[in-house]
Amino acid sequence: MEFNRRSLFKLAGVAGGTALLPEKAEATTRDAGGDDAILIDLTRCVGCRTCEESCAEAHGLPDPDWSDDFSYESFRPTTETQWTAVNRYETSKGEVFVKRQCMHCLQPACSAACLTKAMYKTEEGPVIWRESKCMGCRFCMVSCPFDVPKFEYNSAVPKIQKCRMCFERLEKGQLPVCVENCPNEALTFGKRDDLLREARKRIVENPDDYVDHIYGEHEAGGTGVLYISAVPFDELGFRTDLDAEAYPELTRDFLTAVPMVLVAWPAMMLAMRRAGDHSDEEEAREAPRGELAADVVGARIGKEV
Amino acid sequence: MRAMSEARRPSDGLWAFLRRELRPKGKLITPFNVITLALMLSGAVILFFRFTRGLGAVTNLSQDFPWGLWIGFDVMTGVAFAGGAYVLTFMVYILRIEKYHPIVRVTVLNGFLAYVFYAGALLLDLGRPWNVVNPIIGNSFGLSSVLFLVAWHFMLYMMAELVEFSPAVAEWLGWKRIRKVLAGLTVGTVILGVTLSTLHQSALGALYLMAKPKIHPLWYSEFIPILFFVSSIFAGLSMVIFEGSISHKVFQTRVGKHLAKSHDDILIGLARIAGGVMFVYLFFEVLKLIHGQKWQYLHGPWAAWYALEIVGLVALPMVLLITGSRRRDLTMIKTGAVLTLLGVLLNRLNISVIAFKWYAPVHYVPTLMEVVVTGAVISAELWVFRWVVNRMPVMGPDPDWAEDRAVSTDAAAPAGAGTGS
Repeated sequence: MEFNRRSLFKLAGVAGGTALLPEKAEATTRDAGGDDAILIDLTRCVGCRTCEESCAEAHGLPDPDWSDDFSYESFRPTTETQWTAVNRYETSKGEVFVKRQCMHCLQPACSAACLTKAMYKTEEGPVIWRESKCMGCRFCMVSCPFDVPKFEYNSAVPKIQKCRMCFERLEKGQLPVCVENCPNEALTFGKRDDLLREARKRIVENPDDYVDHIYGEHEAGGTGVLYISAVPFDELGFRTDLDAEAYPELTRDFLTAVPMVLVAWPAMMLAMRRAGDHSDEEEAREAPRGELAADVVGARIGKEV
Repeated sequence: MRAMSEARRPSDGLWAFLRRELRPKGKLITPFNVITLALMLSGAVILFFRFTRGLGAVTNLSQDFPWGLWIGFDVMTGVAFAGGAYVLTFMVYILRIEKYHPIVRVTVLNGFLAYVFYAGALLLDLGRPWNVVNPIIGNSFGLSSVLFLVAWHFMLYMMAELVEFSPAVAEWLGWKRIRKVLAGLTVGTVILGVTLSTLHQSALGALYLMAKPKIHPLWYSEFIPILFFVSSIFAGLSMVIFEGSISHKVFQTRVGKHLAKSHDDILIGLARIAGGVMFVYLFFEVLKLIHGQKWQYLHGPWAAWYALEIVGLVALPMVLLITGSRRRDLTMIKTGAVLTLLGVLLNRLNISVIAFKWYAPVHYVPTLMEVVVTGAVISAELWVFRWVVNRMPVMGPDPDWAEDRAVSTDAAAPAGAGTGS
């Protein structure tokens, strides 16, 4: 029953959408410059949830929760067992479906936060998590401006879970599974620069269909997942108050100050201690006593608690 | 008949001495023992479930609130409260203010145990604690991480404090030569310890710099590291005042004459310093509001909550501490110290838990089990503290042979202190 509904959605979407599609941005080879990225065109998403389903299948996750039978009654966040989730928003221009997953920031807060480099920005662009390094401190979750990393709270051997842009598939030359299976080409995979050009082209050519904003071009210093939409992003639950500067920049000054303090503090303290040295007076006051006279000399060099 | 034990004399066999020292002293069934033991046993049971079934089995932590009471109280607040050790060693060994020498040892012991237990509580919170060595052994240095710095500094500072305290252990064991070597390390260790403390006290605040979109603007600012550092100074000093006046009574028999005589003067001096630092802190807070143009947030319930922290638990205790030190009013000073501690506690909890995701529809509140585990950690720390204070020369007097101390914890100790029979 559900599957029939879903197939219907797909069909409807494909039928309604493909005719208007401009050519797909050419997927360049992985060797070319620029980050691997995904462009999500919200005007094309019909809410069929095929991306959720194929993501779960490809990564051995439990089947996504279909219990609301596509009525989209309640908000469904991404979870540790569901790395991408589609939600419906009632907006000034009717209902809009929004797919969410890791944004794959250009300079991710999560990887800057990670003290073991478990959360790792690959050269190709996807942000991945490496099990053997992670100590489960969850600082990545505290730092991520999009609240993406999820923790397995009910496991004695917990993992951090999140979308990894199908890094394993990319290495084999395949597309991310959500992109590959999207029936309506709402998702486009490619190099970020190409996708930005494509997004701009769509906005310029169809100014009535899009707001003039590519979400992710500047947000959080730029992200590997880009969105374009018919309605302003604050109507779609996106955080529009994020810094345009990458989040790791916020700790840069502090980290720069660390070596300065490490060198300056000991030097200043040695000087202060020397300045307060009254050893001449102490010598007069403190005549060596008993058998441990040598210790007085030792104490003067070394002092102790 | 003396309740206190004495340092080991060379004639004692080491093992016999240790066996004797390991035995409990004093009554076993006391309200304190019963309550803390109950807490520790329940804590152990809870931790069994935590490690077999995951953090979700015992805590209210969630995807929205990855850090809760164990980080916000145990680590953030516990480490700030332990700041007294670096402040006092700085005053005594760098500025050479001898007045405060008699309480250095007990403060360093307190600081060391606080780090071992409260920073150690971090291990309970780690999802994958078996990987805790990764940032240390060098197979994956996350150099861009503030937490990397915190991890290293916690470890190094614990060692530094152990070295600073070690002459007391050597005196207890009667190891004269080793004591001399260890004592020679003190000044270098103090310099290292103060430097490390400056950095990791502020780094605990810097951990929250990237959480900018999640912390209420009245608490978030780029000055968080500086505010954490400055508040750790008066938090540490207030803890010394608070804890000192309690253990001064509880461990009466262990207090040397010198400390007994000067204790009030020391507390009054510390209160004055704490009050002065709090004035600086308030100035920084005002600067934070002006610089960040945050006055637009100064209305509504969050502003009232902020005012409670800043006016009620920083400005008011500052006045109490300064007035109390002028009038030599110890009750006023102790009240001020307690309020100050509450203020620092509230500040750390606000940033890490309460004003963190203040917009979330469902807010984190710790489970009873999280509270019990925190209670168990505190209880364990107090047991170890009591054990050490009752055996080692922590509050003075030193054994008679340790008279080489440049300034003894108890210069006036009778020479016979080590010969009690």
